Amino acid sequence: MHALVGENGAGKSTLMKILYGMQRPDEGTIAIDGETVELHSPADAISRGVGMVHQHFMLADNFTVLENVTLGAEKLYGIGAKARAKIMEISDAYGLGVRPDALVEDLGVADRQRVEILKVLYRGARTLILDEPTAVLVPQEVDALFDNLRELKSEGLTVIFISHKLGEVLSVADDITVIRRGTTVASVEPSQTTPKQLAELMVGSELPSPETRESTVTDIPMLTVDGLTLCAVDADGMRRAVLDDIALTIRKGEVLGIAGVEGNGQAELVEAIMGMRTPDGGTITLDGRDISKLPTRTRREDGIGYIPEDRHRHGLLLEAPLWENRILGHVTEAPNSRRGLLDPSGARRDTERIVAEYDVRTPGIEVTAASLSGGNQQKLIIGREMSHHPKLLIAAHPTRGVDVGAQTQIWDQIREARREGLAVLLISADLDELIGLSDTLRVMYRGRLVADADPATITPEELGSAMTGAAAGHLETAEGPEEDR
Amino acid sequence: MTSHDTAGASASWLRRIDKERVVLAVAAPVLALAAAFLVTALVLVATGKEPFNAFSVMFDYGVKSDSMIYIANKATTYFLAGLAVAVGFRMNLFNIGIDGQYRLAAFFAAAVGGALNLPGFVQIPLIILVAMLVGAMWASIAGLLKVYRGVSEVISTIMLNSLATSLITYLLVDGRLGVLDKSTNVISTEPLPSSSHFFTIPTGSGLDPVWGFIVIAALAGIGFWFVLGRTRFGFDLRAVGRSESAAQASGVNVKRMVITSMVLSGAMAGLVGMPTVLNDTHMFTADFPSTVGFTGIAIALLGRNNPVGIALASMLWAFLERGANRLEFEGYDKEIVGVMQGVIVLCVVIAYELVRRYGLKRQQQRVGAELAAQAKKQEVAA
Repeated sequence: MHALVGENGAGKSTLMKILYGMQRPDEGTIAIDGETVELHSPADAISRGVGMVHQHFMLADNFTVLENVTLGAEKLYGIGAKARAKIMEISDAYGLGVRPDALVEDLGVADRQRVEILKVLYRGARTLILDEPTAVLVPQEVDALFDNLRELKSEGLTVIFISHKLGEVLSVADDITVIRRGTTVASVEPSQTTPKQLAELMVGSELPSPETRESTVTDIPMLTVDGLTLCAVDADGMRRAVLDDIALTIRKGEVLGIAGVEGNGQAELVEAIMGMRTPDGGTITLDGRDISKLPTRTRREDGIGYIPEDRHRHGLLLEAPLWENRILGHVTEAPNSRRGLLDPSGARRDTERIVAEYDVRTPGIEVTAASLSGGNQQKLIIGREMSHHPKLLIAAHPTRGVDVGAQTQIWDQIREARREGLAVLLISADLDELIGLSDTLRVMYRGRLVADADPATITPEELGSAMTGAAAGHLETAEGPEEDR
Repeated sequence: MTSHDTAGASASWLRRIDKERVVLAVAAPVLALAAAFLVTALVLVATGKEPFNAFSVMFDYGVKSDSMIYIANKATTYFLAGLAVAVGFRMNLFNIGIDGQYRLAAFFAAAVGGALNLPGFVQIPLIILVAMLVGAMWASIAGLLKVYRGVSEVISTIMLNSLATSLITYLLVDGRLGVLDKSTNVISTEPLPSSSHFFTIPTGSGLDPVWGFIVIAALAGIGFWFVLGRTRFGFDLRAVGRSESAAQASGVNVKRMVITSMVLSGAMAGLVGMPTVLNDTHMFTADFPSTVGFTGIAIALLGRNNPVGIALASMLWAFLERGANRLEFEGYDKEIVGVMQGVIVLCVVIAYELVRRYGLKRQQQRVGAELAAQAKKQEVAA
């Protein structure tokens, strides 16, 4: 099992794309099983026994597991009993525990990932590439995944594993390759290294820690959400509550972290606070003003900064130049416009400032947002939102897909703004980030805030089990009433 | 602004004009036109005709001064149609209904103009306003249906085109809004009083004048550029066109924007029939030019939704049509021009997409390369 680590934009994904035949190398060779090969397409890669599990699953939700696995590989074992038998055989051999007749939309994230792995094995892969497989999993699920991977390894398969989480890499990999700015900087053995050394190899700096030192929480509530309820029609045509009676308060200088497995209503909560969805009930108060009925633009002008979960869908105009992206979301505010008219030179000048201050690595502000790497896109977004001195910052996965260096910077910025009285709603799948950065933690499960916890005492494992709905109420290792926190 | 600022701004402006981008921007239309002429030449050869003679006939005839006037007048109409389509295209709305919108608008505007007899400086703006309002209202039906009922604007505007035709046929009857000219047996709306004739630009003895509406068209083009490129509203509209979800998150009311841009597109469509009504026929007849709306789609595609591009495209279109008449005299089939126009549009769409993709890829590579170079420099420094 080989792990590949490196900063975002270091070239991990490009390397993987080349291995999977999605991109052609300019020079150099790839050898599989000692034989030099040229991969022109994913089909080539598959026929050579290379399979890839993408970070974003490529499954048809309204198909069963069986249908998803056979889709595009009908020639191998047909789509009937033979295919089913083969699926069960693979599933049993590697302990994947897949049910061929379950609909994919009914499966959880971890199950879907197992289906993806099975899909690859079904096509006869001997080399598996997993792109950040643990990003979407809670700790328990990660352990289960690693058990599966070890099973695969023991059967003689090769696993290439991309990750940002150094602890995991060390615990599971046999070999680690560190790449930086497109070249291999080191090959290490896990037994010979520590997370700290690995991180230094990756960025040439110290391992960042998200921990906040002193508390800056004040008594002044900035955002109060009360009784927020939102119903949506799900895939079966059933109307169910995706947000159920949510109540929370974020005070000035406080970071409220929301933990939860993705898809439990976090995205809907953010969109309801942003005004992108109309809730069925409840009130939202920002800095003493009821904003429940206000349109998104007014809420943003009133001081909500928004770092969206999906920056490509909600944060950027990919084909627009950087300075136009700097205007996005703040078109009514200085320096972007004056009295209804755009001020392109003002926006350009301020974009230059953001690029410099937030270390956005780009050759200029006229390039399109699409040509930046993910981490630099994120820095641009954060710079843009922070430039308008928000009262409340909604940060959904602020460091997802961001390299270690930028991560520290983003955390520092959040911490600094917090000291100046910013209230932050932090949603993250990275439990260390949540625990380290938050002043208060709430756990979201099936549209409800089911538990709360003190970040000073809770461990990622406890939080992880609460996220699966196993625990409710106030989570604490030691006994004690909530007031004593 | 101080002089220092101005100097800085112009320097950065020069830097922004990146040679490669200019080449790419010019490459697409040139490539497309060359390919289109090649394909047309092949078609001509296949039908046993000599192609280059045909092109030279078209060109020689097209640059004659009476042809130039014809082209200027025809292009005025086409330019407005192209702008109307481009408003929708800029935010990913496909308003196929320009055709119905401008005909209905011209019809009602002509009817109102014929019924009144006010001084020209009141009546002409009134006629134009009526046309824009009717066009906007007809287009807004499609906008409302899309927002509240999820009906694709492509379907609803096509159907509204048929409805507009039927409505005009129903109303353009002697005794309703039409009058029958006993001598020619032609039904039209009441002719406009001469005070409502738009000014023309004389060009010389024995030649037709150039329609004064070309001035309004130019203003519309400038307005289009200004509103889309320089206002908050225009930014919002373009943002929706580029990414609906990102625009919504940025605070644009996407539903309202759909309706607004449909209304704007329809109002612009209302202007399409005005050069003809105010400068040429001074009435709406049953043989009022039709299908200009569809021409507008081709022209907007050709001009890449950019006012200057649309102006050039509409002149090219008018030039080709002018040439078609001449070709017939020379024993060619005039349908060859239709083939040429179709091929041009196809080539343009393909060429632009190819150049766009190439440009994006190229830019990503350049960003990567420059960053790598920067990183190296830093390492050397350290």
